[in-house]
Amino acid sequence: MSGWSVIRIATILVYLFLFAPVAVVILLAFNANQFGSFPIEGFSFRWFEALWNNDAIVRAFKTSLLLGVLTAAISTTLGTLAALAMVRYDFPGKRTISTLLVAPILIPEVVLAVALLLFLQFLSMPKSFGLLLMGHVVFTLPFVVLVVQARLVSIRRDVEEAAMSLGATPVQTFFEVTLPLMLPAVMAGMLFAFTISFDDITGTLFWKPGGVETVPTQIFAMLRNSISPEINALGAVMVIFTIALPLVAASIARVMAMRKVGASK
Amino acid sequence: MAADVAGARRTPWVLLSPSLATISLLLIVPMLFIVVYSFWLRTATGADQVGFYLDNWIEVLGDRFYRDILFQTLLIAFYTTVICAFVGYIPAYFVANTRMKSKAFLLLLLMLPFWISYIIRTMSWINILGTSGALNTLLISIGIIDDPIQMLYNQQTVVLGLVHYLLPFMILNVYVSLDGIDKNLTEAAQSLGCTGFQAFREVTLPLSMPGLAAGSLLCFVLAAGTYITPIVLGGPRDAMFANLVFEAIVTQLNWPLGSALSLVLLALLGALVVIYTRYLGIDQIAKSFK
Repeated sequence: MSGWSVIRIATILVYLFLFAPVAVVILLAFNANQFGSFPIEGFSFRWFEALWNNDAIVRAFKTSLLLGVLTAAISTTLGTLAALAMVRYDFPGKRTISTLLVAPILIPEVVLAVALLLFLQFLSMPKSFGLLLMGHVVFTLPFVVLVVQARLVSIRRDVEEAAMSLGATPVQTFFEVTLPLMLPAVMAGMLFAFTISFDDITGTLFWKPGGVETVPTQIFAMLRNSISPEINALGAVMVIFTIALPLVAASIARVMAMRKVGASK
Repeated sequence: MAADVAGARRTPWVLLSPSLATISLLLIVPMLFIVVYSFWLRTATGADQVGFYLDNWIEVLGDRFYRDILFQTLLIAFYTTVICAFVGYIPAYFVANTRMKSKAFLLLLLMLPFWISYIIRTMSWINILGTSGALNTLLISIGIIDDPIQMLYNQQTVVLGLVHYLLPFMILNVYVSLDGIDKNLTEAAQSLGCTGFQAFREVTLPLSMPGLAAGSLLCFVLAAGTYITPIVLGGPRDAMFANLVFEAIVTQLNWPLGSALSLVLLALLGALVVIYTRYLGIDQIAKSFK
């Protein structure tokens, strides 16, 4: 057997290792067995039904959704402006600023969580949804900056200069030319921020007020009590949700791009 | 015209100010605060005694209990990183060198784990290794064992969970490095008489080091800072350093002590990041976002 086929087989095994456990979660979510574990006894939606009727889980889902959407909106706005400054301008101290912008990634999330929590407690601000939101904005911000920055580099400056030379003001140029060109990058950043926020557990466990659960902390709490069979169904919903989201976004972006091409013809 | 130039000079700072304000107020100031806070004292009544006390630091740095768990944490992070490096290099090499069509597909698959929740990927191992999990069910049904074996809740399963979580980071970083290598270089080495393996060892491997280093840094720092995996997949004796932080802050409510503990973790991991950026630059990690 040649070296290359050994590498190929090893690669397949590594991919199996990455995906098999998640596939088992999805498989067990449809299992009719009354304990929701092996052996597989047939196909059933009973665990999804149980999820739907579980108020705590539905509430957690709503909390996560709201938190994710708000986090994405805020940190994408902040991050896009910062990325614009970093790509389009030269200014003294740029390297320091660039390090500062990614600082939340370089600091372990636990430490970041502790610092923010204790500082706000010191200011007599109790744990709240607001604290959760602030925390999520801080640690998603660097990802948005990096993603938008990476894509922004490829947008050519000439187009903007052309618009300006034809009499557009800088603000007009931004909204009529730059922003539409940037839209895919901004969407990617937003999606990234949403998913990170939606999946986060490390910081969330520190920041969340008592009684408020997000989907990951809800799963965590369910794991600590006992392995309830609903967990697999909830896991399956999460997986499908977070995977479907970027796919849907990508196809929307494609449709929009096609329309634009069609309109300009 | 002069006003224009001044305006242009101001623009980047106007664009940056919301982000910088957010990071300063919600990250830099709180970090400075916990440095000060770690010298205060939590009294029995639950009030903080403001001052300059070394008690927390003496406890954190002097107590064997903390030192042992710190050592265990670094060991777990080290095992995780080494395994990720070895296991991750091969698929990264394959993806970088395979035909265009399967390459795009494999890369897409590689991005998937980033979209799948960490807690779900961690708990999924309970379905595989638990007493009523896939492996036990399989072993019983083919008659190798009669009763399920307890495979979970030890240090190995903690490392397993962390490897499963962090492997995509490693593969992606190594891939970025390998993909940037000019194919002519290995061909040149081979035409000059190197065997395929020699060419790999002398040309490809050294050129992929920046990616390997970036991936290792990410794996180590993320592994050493975790506290969820040990709770879900570890036993009572497999606590990691971040679990101590969580205990001190959330359970015991001893915030000054918790501050000192988190600063120890930060100092250790921060030192790694600083050494790394000194020699390799942070840009390498940013590359994998492109």
